[in-house]
Amino acid sequence: MSFDATMPRATAPAILPGSGGMRGALSDLFWRRPKVLLLLTLLPPVLWLGIVYIGSLFALLAQSFFSIDEFSGLINRQFTLRTYGDLLQAANLDIILRTVTMAALVTLASAVVAFPIAYYAARYARGRWKALFYLGVMLPLWSSYLVKIYAWKLILAKEGILTWLLAKLHLLWLLDAWLSLPVVGGNSLSVSFTGTFIVFVYVWLPFMILPVQAALERVPGNLVEASSDLGASPGQTFRNVLFPLALPGIVAGSIFTFSLTLGDYIIPQIIGTSRLFIGQAVYSQQGTAGNVPLAAAFTVVPIVIMGFYLWGAKRMGAFDAL
Amino acid sequence: MRSDRGQRAPLGLKIAAACGLLFLHLPILLIFVYAFTTEEKSFVWPPPGLTTQWFAVTWNRPDVWEALSLSVRVAAISTTIALVLGTLCAAAVSRTKFFGRETISLLVILPIALPGIITGIALRSAFSLADIPFSFWTIVLGHATFCVVVVYNNAVARFRRTSGSMIEASMDLGADGFQTFRHIMLPNIATALLAGGMLAFALSFDEVIVTTFTAGQQQTVPIWMLEELIRPRQRPVTNVVAMVVVLVTLLPILFAYYLTRDGDQIAGSGK
Repeated sequence: MSFDATMPRATAPAILPGSGGMRGALSDLFWRRPKVLLLLTLLPPVLWLGIVYIGSLFALLAQSFFSIDEFSGLINRQFTLRTYGDLLQAANLDIILRTVTMAALVTLASAVVAFPIAYYAARYARGRWKALFYLGVMLPLWSSYLVKIYAWKLILAKEGILTWLLAKLHLLWLLDAWLSLPVVGGNSLSVSFTGTFIVFVYVWLPFMILPVQAALERVPGNLVEASSDLGASPGQTFRNVLFPLALPGIVAGSIFTFSLTLGDYIIPQIIGTSRLFIGQAVYSQQGTAGNVPLAAAFTVVPIVIMGFYLWGAKRMGAFDAL
Repeated sequence: MRSDRGQRAPLGLKIAAACGLLFLHLPILLIFVYAFTTEEKSFVWPPPGLTTQWFAVTWNRPDVWEALSLSVRVAAISTTIALVLGTLCAAAVSRTKFFGRETISLLVILPIALPGIITGIALRSAFSLADIPFSFWTIVLGHATFCVVVVYNNAVARFRRTSGSMIEASMDLGADGFQTFRHIMLPNIATALLAGGMLAFALSFDEVIVTTFTAGQQQTVPIWMLEELIRPRQRPVTNVVAMVVVLVTLLPILFAYYLTRDGDQIAGSGK
């Protein structure tokens, strides 16, 4: 730590003159009664977050117990559970199931792609390389979300770079075969679930790498050596020593990938099919359909799912890895 | 001393890690190439020709400038609010132990932990229940709320590294609370605040999900881009704007990293 920055400037006297009047009295009060100071420092942020954020969440929750009048399209502000009943319609259940499946697949894939990067950064990268890896994960994490999606629109477009690359490699038949598959296929990658999936993995990947790397950095290297000294093959060491120790990190990362996928509505709208995800359903219900209660009820679904997820993650010790 | 230093990584791991990093970076680099393409109607690769004319075209677009100006103003004011609230909260949480301390940290992190769409629609329904019309300030309200956490994270980490005895020493030497804050605490946390402020600025500048719910008719840069993505009007202009956005968000991140690089690696964690 640089010490000179903490010292008062050289021109100031070593002992500052005490200030009298209001300021002095206030300062004395804070010193004698630290609770007053604590209250004053806490009040603005707690008021802001409490009123603006928690207040809004309650407003949202309240809306989900209202219902919409089907004839006039007006919102009936009376307590009812009917909106939640609407949520159980087959079409809406389909949306929920589709979103949760996608979130699970994205989480799994991010874990697989993230692990080698995190492992290398945690155990082999040193000095300059370590910084490079850190920035290499940080920069994509903080780069503009929309620009990243836009970049994938360029890549996945029918006339884009991926098709060009596959044509050069004489692998176009593979792409065509994949696109002709039901569910995952489509006219081109940019209007298929495969495209949605790739972009989700890409955009959330850094959120998985960071906690996994943090978890792996805490594994002492001699544990791995001890395992191989005792005759374990690298594969066995990985399965029985490294992986279980990295698991809390993976679970911590999966909180982000899972939650973010559940709530996103822009990626499937720009790269994907016309079938809706939860986020899109919320957006269209509150926007074009004007059915704010149903939109509110829809948002309760990810909140409840994430509640269970966090509960499970906590039991696996994932919060220590955050 | 750990015994694993200097070991060689297996080749397979090296390749997998390198491929992963390339996967993360190549798409963003591609944006830079497309900003110079002569093709207007499609995303054809390779670009048929290269030109810089789209920079001039973009420069003369009033809608781009309006969006940019709105984004910068929103980000500046949200960052200021977040700096004040985040620092206060961090000071309270790290200096003292009190009942409900964990709840406060949770409260700060919640707006970023829950999916953006929930924050967005919650704010929107609150505005509609309270009959607040959409304006510049409704956007700021949303942005400041989720920017607090970034400042808070940076400030908390720095407060923890600052030793409490320095404050006591300052008091012993006769400084009052305000002087101690001005001459001892502020110089100590200044770089952390600067880093947190820059990240908050970048976060606000880039935010789209919450903004779509709180903006009404106004367009920030991300809203402008989203419109272009859904209904493309002039693709080359979008390419140029995308490139500029990458550069604008890149610089604060690098600078924030530079400011916090020794010791607390918290610059970006907890976005």
